[in-house]
Amino acid sequence: MTTQARRSAGIAERLVKATNRGVVHIVLVGLGLMWLVPTLGLFVTSLRTRPDIAASGWWTALFQFRYTVGNYLEVLEARNFGGGFINSFIISIPSTIFPIVIGAFAAYALAWLKFRGRDVLFLAVIAMLVVPLQTTWVPVLQMFNLFNLTGTYPGIWLAHTAYGLPFAIFLLRNFFVGLPKELFDSAKIDGASDLGIFFRIVVPLSVPAIASLAIFQFTWVWNDLMNALIFLQDPAKYPLTRSIQNLLGQFGSEWHLLAAGAFVTMSMPLLVFFSLQRYFVRGITAGAVKG
Amino acid sequence: MLTRARRRSGAWLYIIPAGILLIAFLVYPVVRTLWLSFFGGLGFNPTEFVGLDNYIRLLTNDRLFLKLDELPPSGAMINTVLWIVLFTSGSLGIGMLVAVLADKVRYEPIVKAAIFLPMVISATAASVIFRFVYSPDRTIGVLNAVLTGIFPDLEPVPWLGRISLVNYAVIGAGIWIFTGLAMTVLSAAYKSLDKEVLEASQVDGANAWQAFWRVSMPMMAQPIVFVAIYLIITSLKMIDLVLVMTEGGPRGASRIIGFTMYWEVFNNGLVGYGSAVAIILLVLMTPVIIIQIRRVRAEQALR
Repeated sequence: MTTQARRSAGIAERLVKATNRGVVHIVLVGLGLMWLVPTLGLFVTSLRTRPDIAASGWWTALFQFRYTVGNYLEVLEARNFGGGFINSFIISIPSTIFPIVIGAFAAYALAWLKFRGRDVLFLAVIAMLVVPLQTTWVPVLQMFNLFNLTGTYPGIWLAHTAYGLPFAIFLLRNFFVGLPKELFDSAKIDGASDLGIFFRIVVPLSVPAIASLAIFQFTWVWNDLMNALIFLQDPAKYPLTRSIQNLLGQFGSEWHLLAAGAFVTMSMPLLVFFSLQRYFVRGITAGAVKG
Repeated sequence: MLTRARRRSGAWLYIIPAGILLIAFLVYPVVRTLWLSFFGGLGFNPTEFVGLDNYIRLLTNDRLFLKLDELPPSGAMINTVLWIVLFTSGSLGIGMLVAVLADKVRYEPIVKAAIFLPMVISATAASVIFRFVYSPDRTIGVLNAVLTGIFPDLEPVPWLGRISLVNYAVIGAGIWIFTGLAMTVLSAAYKSLDKEVLEASQVDGANAWQAFWRVSMPMMAQPIVFVAIYLIITSLKMIDLVLVMTEGGPRGASRIIGFTMYWEVFNNGLVGYGSAVAIILLVLMTPVIIIQIRRVRAEQALR
């Protein structure tokens, strides 16, 4: 092969590589835009006045800067999204703490304490991970009606706690099992009780797993519509997901309100996501790699 | 001897709170739902025992649940199959594409954040977003704006209002939400692959395409199966996206099994009938439950 030919072959190869790179960039940027534009469009719309929205598409008005926060004020006050925001917190915080505490105890026993039926119990938890909530709603609501829990905060806390437990136990048990055995042995030699080991060794070492779980459970409860719809039949206690659903029912084409309302509901999960992204990713991959 | 006995009984104390809740909210309700599925009539505490009538009606005489005598077949069962096939392959395919391609570029974190973002918002908010994107109103729906921009003769399409399109439109929104999950798991798996094997295959003359299909893919079989199972479970359970986007309409065309249970019980007041739908859902889910348990067993055997 002459130097000339070799050089042109090198150029051809580089050209192929450059085209490949170009295709990669086009695909990635294209997909990125497809994923961002819907949310972005709704956000721009939430900042436009009702007559502006009716007059032109948001994509023609990106740089007109006639933006307003009026829609947000209207949604928060007149449509009571402010109250919904508080209700969402009242529902979400206990519904995050309870399953983690109860689940951590169970996960500890399943990981490190010896008792008959332990493995069968863990398999039962795995099975419950997949049971569709649709098969539980009617009997649970009948039970709630019997005990006057329908439409109360304790009722929805209980429901979210129970429904969150299989995942909590699964994730924490898998993390606990991976802790080094030597720690437990030496603690036992020092005379530590099971409970002492749990509080002084297991919990402190598991902070990352507990944090991931807390973020998951919190966003899951915050984003929940169905359980609120079924168990919380009291308009004064509706969380934001229900406020939005009501708004759709009453003002299905009032996009200035719907857009602002949607962003009020999304604000919390987005804040959590942007500040704690790595815990999210860790939680998802932990479930996949270990499960 | 005494201490060991005490330790053993002590273990149960850790389990009991979780156990009580799981039995009250998951185990007992499943059994009771099965029992309720044999009852008919309206009202929340049905008393009229009808045996298997609900199941027979669902599978042979409910055109919104299963209609096989016309082509193409339709109904909630068929729509669920459509979900399982398109939603799973769509999310998995795009997730894999992004996981592999983004690995090579500097703006990887930005692309991944954009695609993951829909995973953290509620299905309710996502439904609002897609009612907005799909709107046939000329100043609202961006999808129609793009299409009429490219094809000026085209009339704006009511994506959620047309029986032939609605399922694909809702599934599209589902893929938009769940691609982030597939991408995250597959990206972690791809990054943990032994890069030496990949390089060796390229030295042996495999191009990037062959290296991907013959080397990377087989090495990623486990996480791919995990994601596929997760997405199939999600299609079977799916409910709020359909409820908020279409309420199962137009004329029941976008109903799926998970949605039908809710609608029959809480909208139509047919508790026994809806319970039968829930049991059918659970039966369809059992293979997945068994696979899940097998996987964990196999993993424990390795430990």
